[in-house]
Amino acid sequence: MTDVPVIGVLALQGDVREHLIALAAADAVARPVRRPEELAEVDGLVLPGGESTTISKLAVLFGVLDPLRARVREGMPVYGTCAGMIMLADKILDPRSGQETIGGIDMIVRRNAFGRQNESFEAAVDVQGVEGDPVEGVFIRAPWVESVGAETQVLAEHDGHIVAVRQGNALATSFHPELTGDHRVHALFVDMVRAWRAPDPL
Amino acid sequence: MSSALSTPQTPETGTARVKRGMAEQLKGGVIMDVVTPEQAKIAEDAGAVAVMALERVPADIRKDGGVARMSDPDMIEGIIDAVSIPVMAKSRIGHFVEAQVLQSLGVDYIDESEVLTPADEVNHSDKWSFTTPFVCGATNLGEALRRIAEGAAMIRSKGEAGTGNVVEAVRHLRQIKGDIARLRGLDNHELYAAAKELRAPYELVREVAELGKLPVVLFSAGGVATPADAALMRQLGAEGVFVGSGIFKSGDPAKRAAAIVKATTFYDDPKIIADASRNLGEAMVGINCDTLPETERYANRGW
Repeated sequence: MTDVPVIGVLALQGDVREHLIALAAADAVARPVRRPEELAEVDGLVLPGGESTTISKLAVLFGVLDPLRARVREGMPVYGTCAGMIMLADKILDPRSGQETIGGIDMIVRRNAFGRQNESFEAAVDVQGVEGDPVEGVFIRAPWVESVGAETQVLAEHDGHIVAVRQGNALATSFHPELTGDHRVHALFVDMVRAWRAPDPL
Repeated sequence: MSSALSTPQTPETGTARVKRGMAEQLKGGVIMDVVTPEQAKIAEDAGAVAVMALERVPADIRKDGGVARMSDPDMIEGIIDAVSIPVMAKSRIGHFVEAQVLQSLGVDYIDESEVLTPADEVNHSDKWSFTTPFVCGATNLGEALRRIAEGAAMIRSKGEAGTGNVVEAVRHLRQIKGDIARLRGLDNHELYAAAKELRAPYELVREVAELGKLPVVLFSAGGVATPADAALMRQLGAEGVFVGSGIFKSGDPAKRAAAIVKATTFYDDPKIIADASRNLGEAMVGINCDTLPETERYANRGW
């Protein structure tokens, strides 16, 4: 086993390329994942931004949703941005009919909570666990977290709304660090994957 | 304007990064033309990443003739209310008031489209002055870069809308990709002359030469009618596809829409494309582009 973790990006739809680039910049081996057998080979997984309804449908259709749930349950680290955050929510406030999530974070998410594209915005966000300057938050038709359970840690808020959370090995942000060239959030996730892979200390 | 690389302390809307980033979220997806809220729901249920709200699909615009304009605001709002995925709508080329109206309605993307009758035969709209992002058509790299210089946040190869014939979509995408590949082979001295030939700003030409791709997302449009067509465009380098008349002018729109979505995601897996192509019912009839008079070619519109 080498020190370099292999991290997949769920590549059914969305800004996969940007996540692959950000992960590589954060010293992981990054590869796209579309099939169950590809999922089995990664140490961690990013759920990219995209259209959550589309990603959810394709995940069901091509048989990756159940394997994904199983791996998240066994503790594989996952990081979801925007649509990916929705996929990690145990509950969506306003789901489309039949919209399924992977779950893993005890939270209720409101889709497109910050509004339509005309309301999409950039703002500086302080994220717990990310040292230095605030993160450049790019919010695109972004969701926010309506409420969290006792086990869920709130990492960031914007304008009184929760926009970054972590529960165990699952991390989620409403915004898109992959679009900024600042890879600190991805580095945080790569560290989570490294810690999970590391053998138990003697 | 273009480079919003330092993040504002107070939230800022309509930045280049927010506009272009929106298109990044659509990648790998299918954007479908719809004319009613019911069709919009069918598209959403089939897995479309966005819908294009318009009164008539291009095949009907072609058939009916006359002047094609922006759609009725009631009709666009009806579609916005019906679905949760992004909604796009078309303005005429250079008709910046139609674009202002579309922005006020809250559409998520404006397509300054050659499918509608142009309002200005010299100028396109100044797209920087809008909060709503724009997508524009292009037949070659120079045209794409002129649109980006005007503020387009997404480009689609034009193809020939409303024909059900993929040949022009292939031609235009190959042209754009080929033009980019040629730029990659040039040295710094040659890029100035290349910019002149492309009739595009030097800075953008240099950026493309360095990146090896457009600085915005590139989709394909105009003539995609089957799952294999969609997969073809993706294998040729499109990051996603627009399907216009191809879905709702076919025998079984719901099934065809879902099939095109599958083939767009698994564009490099012939077995999945084969399965998606089974028993789809009738495809739209289609038009042989060779027999189309120059005056009826939408791709010639735009400058």
